[in-house]
Amino acid sequence: MAVDQTKIRNFCIIAHIDHGKSTLADRIIEDTGLLTRREMQEQVLDNMELERERGITIKSQAVRTVYRAKNGEEYIFNLIDTPGHVDFNYEVSRSLAACDGAILVVDAAQGIEAQTLANVYLALDHNLDVFPVINKIDLPSAEPERVIEEIEDVIGIEAQDAPQISAKNGINIDQVLEAIVEKIPAPQGDPNAPLKALIFDSVYDSYRGVIVFMRVMEGTVRKGTRVRMMATGAVEEVVEVGYFGAGQFIPCDELSAGMVGYLTASIKNVRDTRVGDTVTDDANPASEPLPGYKKVNPMVYCGMYPADGSKYGDLRDALEKLQLNDASLFYEPETSIALGFGFRCGFLGLLHLEIIEERLEREYNLDLVTTAPSVVYRVHKTDGTMIELTNPSNLPQPTEIDYMEEPVVSAEIMVTTEFIGPIMALCQERRGVYLGTEYIEQTRALLKYELPLNEIIYDFFDALKSRSRGYASFDYELKGYVKSDMVKLDILINREEVDALSFIVFEGNAYERGRKMCEKLKEEIPRHLFEIPIQAAVGGKIIARETVKAVRKDVLAKCYGGDITRKKKLLEKQKEGKKRMRQIGNVEIPQKAFMSVLKLDEE
Amino acid sequence: MDTACVKEAAIYLHIPFCVRKCAYCDFLSAPAGDDARRRYTAALARQIRLVGESLSQRRGFDGGKLRVPSVFLGGGTPSLLSPSEAEQVFGALREAFAIAPDAEISMEMNPGTVTAEKLRAYRALGVSRVSLGLQSADDRLLAAIGRIHTYEDFGRTYDAVREAGFTNVSVDVMSSLPGQTLAMHERTLAEVIKRAPEHISSYSLILEEGTPLYEKRDQLTFPDEETEVAFDALTHEMLAAAGYRRYEVSNYAKPGYACRHNLRYWQGGDYLGFGIGAAGLFEAVRYRAVTDRETYCAELEKAAPDLRALIAERLPLSLNDRMEERMFLGLRCTEGISKARFAADFGTDYDRIYGKITGQLAAEGLLAVSGDNVRLTAFGMDVSNRVLAEFLLE
Repeated sequence: MAVDQTKIRNFCIIAHIDHGKSTLADRIIEDTGLLTRREMQEQVLDNMELERERGITIKSQAVRTVYRAKNGEEYIFNLIDTPGHVDFNYEVSRSLAACDGAILVVDAAQGIEAQTLANVYLALDHNLDVFPVINKIDLPSAEPERVIEEIEDVIGIEAQDAPQISAKNGINIDQVLEAIVEKIPAPQGDPNAPLKALIFDSVYDSYRGVIVFMRVMEGTVRKGTRVRMMATGAVEEVVEVGYFGAGQFIPCDELSAGMVGYLTASIKNVRDTRVGDTVTDDANPASEPLPGYKKVNPMVYCGMYPADGSKYGDLRDALEKLQLNDASLFYEPETSIALGFGFRCGFLGLLHLEIIEERLEREYNLDLVTTAPSVVYRVHKTDGTMIELTNPSNLPQPTEIDYMEEPVVSAEIMVTTEFIGPIMALCQERRGVYLGTEYIEQTRALLKYELPLNEIIYDFFDALKSRSRGYASFDYELKGYVKSDMVKLDILINREEVDALSFIVFEGNAYERGRKMCEKLKEEIPRHLFEIPIQAAVGGKIIARETVKAVRKDVLAKCYGGDITRKKKLLEKQKEGKKRMRQIGNVEIPQKAFMSVLKLDEE
Repeated sequence: MDTACVKEAAIYLHIPFCVRKCAYCDFLSAPAGDDARRRYTAALARQIRLVGESLSQRRGFDGGKLRVPSVFLGGGTPSLLSPSEAEQVFGALREAFAIAPDAEISMEMNPGTVTAEKLRAYRALGVSRVSLGLQSADDRLLAAIGRIHTYEDFGRTYDAVREAGFTNVSVDVMSSLPGQTLAMHERTLAEVIKRAPEHISSYSLILEEGTPLYEKRDQLTFPDEETEVAFDALTHEMLAAAGYRRYEVSNYAKPGYACRHNLRYWQGGDYLGFGIGAAGLFEAVRYRAVTDRETYCAELEKAAPDLRALIAERLPLSLNDRMEERMFLGLRCTEGISKARFAADFGTDYDRIYGKITGQLAAEGLLAVSGDNVRLTAFGMDVSNRVLAEFLLE
């Protein structure tokens, strides 16, 4: 049975974090009758435990609901939820490409933020029709009129008749549903043309293999179609096609142009079904793929080691399983003198890193030692070759290096004018190159900077928040590589170099960072029975030193008949504490010390 | 191993009463009226009798009594017991057990809580050793840590103890107290040495959670680690010069006067505990009595008390537990442990179990090994927590 394209609406919701995107999604699903409120787990679309905890969407999700409009017609709504973090910008762009329109949610109290703008521009770039919704009108501080003006002035889209809603309290959701029907265009595309379907996500299921999430642009796909992934070249026969119920997959006969759904085809690995790739019919292929595909590369690398060396195999298995579902996760074996056997892992950003780390620890019950994350530097050697450096320990000898390059991003920071000073000072400290300021309205401005990636991946967002009392918002995209004077900072503990603590740093900051690193390690490393010098060195020259003083007294004065069991517990605790340490030479180093470099800017 | 043939155990009696809680004290003790004390003493005497009887009936005892080489009355302040209460307790002890003729019978006392009459009575009952809590000769410091007596009170009590004929007297002093200077501690040691007790215990303050001193810790100045080390050095030096040999972390004695009862704890000998909260080790089981006085007394007032109901915790020791204890308790004593004795007691070669770690620790200057003997060096003793943890087995 052919589906009437004019009765389909494919859309997404874009918003700044916390402006109510997921809550509105929930209300749309609930009010279109797919689920009753009782059946809903809060925020159906963010269904990973971690996503709910962090209040952000990590993976794209989609859901199909049916809406009976006031004109009496039934419409199919395909709501595609997009990841909410800059680490996943490419996934966001592919999800947008799968839509025909977008709902822009703006908080009635906070107005437009950096992410709002970035997402709107991204949506407009994809030729999406965007209509705004003013959320949280029930807040005492809500100023819908001001926000409407702001949207019209800053973004330049019509906002006078924007629905004014409270997603949380279900106010005026019907206006949003009607606006979806009226303002979002129906999909186009010829069901009889050669197949072109855009992959916007894929998940691995141990029974069915990879489940490909896609939007059919042209043509039709059904069970038995031999499909080909145009970028990766993988070819498989379709086992099932279907669409997305709430939290379940509902098989159907076919998916034709304009429809959103999934296919399964005994594909073993998500690396074969990369986000952005085009699915076509192997027998009747499209002449060219959909535009915009790119292979995303990790931006941040770190070493991950099992705290217990015997768990190396478990860590390998866990990474392998996670990679089944996450094509952007990279790992390869590496060996550290200090930490033994482990993996160098690559991530889209620090959030991605943290998510993987948490999943390894929670879902796979692994205790990990993680080294400081590093961006990818380009090392141009005197022999004319170039290496992409992902592990600081592999930096060639200074004599072999002609010059180095580091990745930079273009960043946009939205800030109220009173905080422009402190934020500009922060960007200055982080070696930012000022590009300009745009005033959004009298009290708010958009600062544009070029910033080195390694200055922002760790704690820039926190610093930004603390220097603007939470008001600044931030978005960035990778711009390219620039030449930079970088050096490797080595750390010596008790006169032994600890490879896992080395990091690459801008030469001008080396002394300061070295000093702070020594101070931080002094706090982290427990006192031993001997004095432990902690030194920072660049090119063999010591630039900073701290000393962990020796313990001179550690004794229990009283231990009589009634104290013995307690005494034993005390000793056990002492021994247990030691187990969570790594032995480097004759010094015990706590696992978290290897992340010390991340905490150098803490007060 | 046939454990039923154990026929000797020391006895600890817990007297949970004091005039007032000291600011550093986390022992099970509280002020109480005469009635409460009488009731407790009666319960204690009953427990002693019942345990004695039940042991006598066991195989291996054949109706005989358990031999007791030492008794220790601790608290609290055991010297709050009236002569008749003490008599009740000692009567029960002698009835239920075979107290050795040369038994060491120690009793803790606090200055100001005894009279000549009481002292004569205790001595007549067999108390052979008196342990007096002085802590410091500085009255302001004594007041600050919540002691009920002055230095002068101590002097009077000490003299009374001697006059009553006690020839084995121990004095407790404390160091690393908040506000204590090296000069104060030096004076305390000098004063104590002048009186020539047979035994001196010198404890570094341990700040225990829940004590008033702990609650107030932020307003107090405690000596830093360097100063603590200096306190200890002063203690070792002055006491050694005065003829006291350090035989355990905090204990010093003139030749022949080391506390036999306490040595037993560190050497792994059996002991029975009576009274609330009292711990015991018997036939490779560590146990501890209930801590609630009401529960304890009420059970012992029943027509047929259930002795098991008086035990709150029971911890059977495995062979590994016992080997660990031998090390972390035995090494507290300056004479250390004997490899041969270890082998004889546990049926396994010392070096097979601990040879490797012993070698490492000796190389680090923490242990001294000579032939059969393994002991802590002076530095090893200062940091003994670090060393002893290494002897825990997986």
